[in-house]
Amino acid sequence: MPIATEFEYFAPASVRETVGLLSKFKDKARLLAGGTDLIVQLKEDVSKPQALVDIKRIAPLGGIKVQGKFLRLGALATFTELIESTVIKSKYPILWEAARTVASPGVRNRATVAGNICSAVPSLDSAPALLVYEAVVVIEGPKGSRQIPFASFITGPRRTVLAKDELVTAILLPQPGKHCGAYVKLGRYAGEDLAQAGVAVLADAKGAIRAAFCALAPAPLRSAKIEALLSCKKCDAAVMAQACALLERELAPISDIRSSKEYRLHMAGVMLERGLKAACSRLKGEGPDYGKHLI
Amino acid sequence: MKKTIHFKLNGEKTSMDVAPNDVLLEALRANLGAKSPKCGCDRGDCGTCTVMINGRAVRSCLILAVEVEGCEILTLEGVSKGRIAALQRSFVKHNSFQCGFCAPGMIMSLTELLNHKPTPTEEEVKEAISGNLCRCTGYTQIVEGVMDPAVSKKR
Repeated sequence: MPIATEFEYFAPASVRETVGLLSKFKDKARLLAGGTDLIVQLKEDVSKPQALVDIKRIAPLGGIKVQGKFLRLGALATFTELIESTVIKSKYPILWEAARTVASPGVRNRATVAGNICSAVPSLDSAPALLVYEAVVVIEGPKGSRQIPFASFITGPRRTVLAKDELVTAILLPQPGKHCGAYVKLGRYAGEDLAQAGVAVLADAKGAIRAAFCALAPAPLRSAKIEALLSCKKCDAAVMAQACALLERELAPISDIRSSKEYRLHMAGVMLERGLKAACSRLKGEGPDYGKHLI
Repeated sequence: MKKTIHFKLNGEKTSMDVAPNDVLLEALRANLGAKSPKCGCDRGDCGTCTVMINGRAVRSCLILAVEVEGCEILTLEGVSKGRIAALQRSFVKHNSFQCGFCAPGMIMSLTELLNHKPTPTEEEVKEAISGNLCRCTGYTQIVEGVMDPAVSKKR
């Protein structure tokens, strides 16, 4: 299908130049990185920009590297780069596990993590892992640079805190202590599908638990109440029953073409339990390898 | 409005004039006669448009032609280069396609896999083609075609 909208194409060489273009075109400009969401929107006339600003020629936006106390994922880092990164696999295994569930290799070779969070669809697979790792988003705009916790970056379905003249330049991951975890994704079939529900669990060596969810509320969320309930406890049937009751209050899933809200909510409890089990057995050096389907 | 872009197609230096909203898939087929990538779903789900850019299998229906300035593009035409590659021979031997519409995309995705992992496991093969839809074979023959020792050991 041809793209009906006619736009100008820019491939700036620097972030500064990019901000200049965004300031000039305001909401008539769209940023292009992997394009796996944007090109579909252009074909379907959902987005009709006057200018497309391709940031792939800005070298400093690429790569995955240590920056002070953080691991910095450049805005151009693709899901394939994450999967192939030994640092991600060894230090951030939950994010590694989540990256492997995104779409298919042909999409992951192009799609970026930063693009994923900027698209901000409720089912984004990267979000639960970024939440439990307490990621920070680096944003550049006309007034300079600012950093905000990923937890407050997405404000609703397809909505973020980004102003029209700002772009995400990197995602920073704090160094986690010794931990294990799991990302459990429910799809209609193994292989390429959007998440019907997604749950990330992180368990540290002291028994503290972090838990975050996608496709189960208008925006991905981390639940302090669930974490308080599950931390430093033996997660037996009674505790899990309490957790499921709490999930009903914490989550707000919808019914859509992929599943009903009742099914999503029920499965969230099942997935939380399986994620916890996998995380705890991985912490003991046992249990399923990262990347194994847990559901 | 049109812009001349320069890149390599199947090893040869090429240029073409494109508008900013031209999609790579259509530009390859209409302007350069590379007809192996096919338009299936046109939204990145089916994999029939798969080509390689700088050694990576990607969806040419989700890429603008202007984006590939300076890139190296490989289509099935470049994989076979006048002879039939080992994987293609194995596809014929194992009846790995019927209508053939998915075959170019399958072979591009699998070529990327075999370049990185010359002896893949069955699970890795299935993962590599998880974004390539086939409505004829049920996939079994495709996996068999790749797992044939003539393909996964000789390379």
